[in-house]
Amino acid sequence: MRFYEHEAKTLLGRQGLPLPKSGNAKTPEEAEQIAGQIAGTVVLKSQVLSGGRMKAGGIRFAGSPQEARREAGAILALAINGQRPRSVLVEAKAPVRKEFYAGVIYDALAKRPVLIFSDMGGIDIEQVAEQHPEHVARAHFSVLEPFSDYQAKNVVASLGITGNQLSRLTPILTRLVRLFLQYNLTLAEINPLCELEDGNFLCLDCHLDMEEEARDRHTRLLQELGVGREETRQARPPTPFEIRGAQVDALDNKGVAGHVIEFDGDLGLIIGAGGGSLTLLDAVRKHGGRPANYCEIGGNPSVRKACELTKLILSKPGVEKIAVMMNVVSNTRVDIMARGVIKGVIEAGYQPKDKITFFRIPGSWEDEGARILRKYGVEYGDRSVSMDEAARRAVVNMRGR
Amino acid sequence: MPMFIRVEVDPSVARRADLAKKLVEVCPVDIFAQNADQSLRIVEDNLDECVLCDLCIQACPAGTVKITKLYEQA
Repeated sequence: MRFYEHEAKTLLGRQGLPLPKSGNAKTPEEAEQIAGQIAGTVVLKSQVLSGGRMKAGGIRFAGSPQEARREAGAILALAINGQRPRSVLVEAKAPVRKEFYAGVIYDALAKRPVLIFSDMGGIDIEQVAEQHPEHVARAHFSVLEPFSDYQAKNVVASLGITGNQLSRLTPILTRLVRLFLQYNLTLAEINPLCELEDGNFLCLDCHLDMEEEARDRHTRLLQELGVGREETRQARPPTPFEIRGAQVDALDNKGVAGHVIEFDGDLGLIIGAGGGSLTLLDAVRKHGGRPANYCEIGGNPSVRKACELTKLILSKPGVEKIAVMMNVVSNTRVDIMARGVIKGVIEAGYQPKDKITFFRIPGSWEDEGARILRKYGVEYGDRSVSMDEAARRAVVNMRGR
Repeated sequence: MPMFIRVEVDPSVARRADLAKKLVEVCPVDIFAQNADQSLRIVEDNLDECVLCDLCIQACPAGTVKITKLYEQA
């Protein structure tokens, strides 16, 4: 779940991180008023969740409150990547001497968060890491133990930074890590983190993403920020297909059958279970298949949910067949899944043996599931069929039958 | 219409309010409900949700509740 920049900066401010004087304006008149209070040149920033604001004309400068009003009007009327701005952030323009980068993300391979720091800010950190790896410092840390200034100082000092810069950057990085942990963030990024002419530092732009599953832990915070429960807060708005997927998942509280993301392929996927979805999606692509969607199903969804998800995927234009595949760690009951999917196919007006290219669900009640699949003539595999092999057979059957 | 599961309850059980209530309580997927007169009603829409836990069979006198897996029939 992504925060708008002004919301993210509210969180940074609560953690004591240094920010420019600013205000969030919903109208040009408010922007004029805020610019008048700031006094001096201001930066006006479109509040959209999409990137590429500068290139699209969503970030502008104004030397007077009247100019701020005009520019805010232009920004509010400008859609960026299909998104209408929610408001305009009006900030004091800062006299920047040097730009840095500070970020915290999860390192999935190390299974720990990692603090990343660079003395080359203002550009994509991926680009810096590729072209100037000597300007990027990293340090993994524990989510269980308190993060200390000492750890942050080591990261900054590893790039040869000393003296006043080191002293001032250290608490900023420490507070960023604490913010990351306190709010269950998956990304906390300040870029650029600027050193001003007077030696002070300011967080000029930031990007915070909260773990979707952590929203219920932070209901009070989200209420304070005005984030509604219905807001998905993704980089692009959900498609009608994806909205319907969320509705299927909300049918009851049993298991998961949703989190659907659509692609333009012809093979519908009913996949899931603890990382299995992405692995299987990749395996299907590796074998030349064209996935029509990504989804997550598992945790013993009701037959009704599995049925509705199946119907939804089959209703997507371009979907010719579906493959049902899950990871062995799911422990989802095979017979319940088989009932749901077969019912969905039949209710959509098809024969299961014609529409299901391959059915791999290792899990509990495998024998019972196999009986159901045999009854309907569906080709299936249990845990003895690897995920890669299941994906291969799904793609071969898709093309061959 | 259920495709996978059929549940049959002996009329002598279905008429008894105490057993009907017990069936409503034990079924984890709401296959049973009670009519206004407290007799038993089977919720057809929920039959395929049956998880084959057999709690309904255990809740009633032997042989009075029968679960049939329709997919095992020829």
